[in-house]
Amino acid sequence: MTAPLGKDLLGLESLSGDQIRLILDTAEPFKEISERAIKKVPTLRGATIVNLFFEASTRTRVSFEFAEKRLSADSVNIAASNSSVSKGETLVDTARNLEAMRIDMVVIRHGASGAAQFLAERIESNVINAGDGTHEHPTQGLLDLLTLRDHFKRLDGIKVCICGDVLHSRVARSNIWGLKKMGAIVGVCGPRSLLPNAIDDMGVTVFNRIEEAIEWADALNILRLQLERMQGGYIPSLREYNRVFGVTRERLDRVKRDVLILHPGPMNRGVEIDSDVADGPFSVILDQVTNGVAVRMAVLYLLSGGKPELAEAAKKGGER
Amino acid sequence: MTTRALLLRGGHLVDPSTNTDAVGDLFLCDGKVEAFGSRLGVDDDNPGLETIDCRGLVVSPGFIDVHCHLREPGREDVETIATGARAAAAGGFTAVCAMPNTDPVTDNQAAVGFIIRQAQIANASRVYPIGAITVGQKGIALAEFGEMIAAGAVALSDDGKPVASAQLMRTALEYARTFGVPVADHCEDPTLALGGAMNEGAMSAKLGLRGIPSEAEEIMAIRDILLARRTGGHIHLCHMSTKGSVELIRWGKERQVNVTAEVCPHHLSLTEDCVDGYDTNAKMNPPLRTQADVDALQQAVRDGTIDVIATDHAPHHYDEKEREFADAPNGIVGLETALAVNITWLVKPGIIDVKTLVEKMSCAPAKIFHLPGGSFRKGSVADVTVFDPKATWTVDAKRFRSKGRNTPYGGQELTGQVHLTVVDGRVIYRRQD
Repeated sequence: MTAPLGKDLLGLESLSGDQIRLILDTAEPFKEISERAIKKVPTLRGATIVNLFFEASTRTRVSFEFAEKRLSADSVNIAASNSSVSKGETLVDTARNLEAMRIDMVVIRHGASGAAQFLAERIESNVINAGDGTHEHPTQGLLDLLTLRDHFKRLDGIKVCICGDVLHSRVARSNIWGLKKMGAIVGVCGPRSLLPNAIDDMGVTVFNRIEEAIEWADALNILRLQLERMQGGYIPSLREYNRVFGVTRERLDRVKRDVLILHPGPMNRGVEIDSDVADGPFSVILDQVTNGVAVRMAVLYLLSGGKPELAEAAKKGGER
Repeated sequence: MTTRALLLRGGHLVDPSTNTDAVGDLFLCDGKVEAFGSRLGVDDDNPGLETIDCRGLVVSPGFIDVHCHLREPGREDVETIATGARAAAAGGFTAVCAMPNTDPVTDNQAAVGFIIRQAQIANASRVYPIGAITVGQKGIALAEFGEMIAAGAVALSDDGKPVASAQLMRTALEYARTFGVPVADHCEDPTLALGGAMNEGAMSAKLGLRGIPSEAEEIMAIRDILLARRTGGHIHLCHMSTKGSVELIRWGKERQVNVTAEVCPHHLSLTEDCVDGYDTNAKMNPPLRTQADVDALQQAVRDGTIDVIATDHAPHHYDEKEREFADAPNGIVGLETALAVNITWLVKPGIIDVKTLVEKMSCAPAKIFHLPGGSFRKGSVADVTVFDPKATWTVDAKRFRSKGRNTPYGGQELTGQVHLTVVDGRVIYRRQD
């Protein structure tokens, strides 16, 4: 059986709008599992999944782990810092050794752009990209789309501005591709030193002023400003960044509309986002986290060969 | 008297240096060109005479590659002078210039002598060492040019590492001028290129790879053109990759600056699109650029702005390329595909003719680097390349003489095939059917 997404999920750039819609629709029936007292269904019973994390991660790793466990898959976590990787093993050798233990899927987080594709081309198992360098983070993009769709009841035509360090952000890339494929209108806002030079070729509107971005947008997706960027000389100081580009209550209050606030986390409160915005009435930051588990369940289910229309039945251990 | 003689009969003789472009014979005697043309008075009774039928093939002065990396000493697992010289022969190159970024660096007369000795033992294509500009290629102190040149170095270069200090580069150009050799310049502003893995542009933005902007090359190209103008030294700009660089070279040449330039076959044929999918065999420095750059470079070869086509042959171990893109080393092998890539992308579409190709691969390199060869003039060294400009073949890296397998052309059908490589009047490579 040909899986509806193909063998791997490497990025949203390579998916069609229909495939993205399929994942989001498939996530809907899985949302309910996490609301049960006993949060477990037998859908992926017998599947073996390796979570291979070469970079530190709490949110994404735990979210994948819960998604796997709630679908009854057997999963193991490998962190690079205490594995054979620290003994100098190459990525391809690590993967081949894991595969020799007859696994079904690998979820990989890696600091190098293209690492997930590299792995996918060399092993038979399904590969899910949980973030590769500054390339893509597709499940984050999908959970952002699901959260936006929950709120606006559509994605077509909504205006979403991605704010901050687009240059180094895999979340930004997955959001740009995903939103555009779903018909949303995409803006970016940040200092030009943190936007790719070729941003104009990506079909987005560029805002130099956060005030203009807020004025324009239905939703802001505020990226984490990685603190090492300041040492890299991309911006003069965190203080100035907050003063010029920070999303503050005062700036939001100037527009008379509600502007939805998303953030992929972890947040630097008082830098890219002020606390009263993060904790405010229009913040859906924790909804994103909740949706993350459902979206990842949907991805695991579809990649394992599950049929989208049978997702509800599959929760009871029926045919996939 | 018995002499060692080789008669290449009935080929299409192409030698821009003597303005030759006609069917005829080429007669080589005791390692020198004796005569060429039709109806040569060759003594068929000479027992030392070998005759090779070259009908339907192009016979040209031997190709000379002024830019390759043979990895010895230091990385003999990747290439040796012997395997590199045999790969060169298979690619139709009768001579190659070996860049000094070996381990240890070729920055002294003993190291130069070692390369010459290894090349003699290899007994294939000629190998001319290039000495380092600075000790250890560290960009701090000038290496001993005089002694290296006396030992056989033909040029100076810190290839792979730019000379960051303008003052040091100025001195290098002045000091090299004393000895009449070119300074082969790796143009790259180290701060702009820092951490870059590919061309900066739409593809790097999409792939999330750090880019190297065109300006990293162009800023240093114009700096060194200006320093050549100031000093009168000969700057040879290596592996030019951008449209902007072409304009800067043109600017320098219009002002009679002593500047020459080379381009690699891959920059004349491929674009940054090859990096899509993170193919590490499309990773080199300078990186593959855009179609506009390729077009400008092709035109620059045609109009003479760019003098030389050189391979930048850079073999790497399979394991080193079989990894994450950002961590993979720069470079591809090129000696055994150069002719075919040039014919496929330049001659076949009519951008240049075979005569211009021979000029760029043989005559101009000899002239610019003051090397023997590059001509059929009587008394020139008997270095000759015979090739079929129309034959097609499919690139199979496993069949390379080079130890390197890192080519972006694997599996592609190319046009143009080397049949015979002659060095010093001896056949060192003959195509096996």
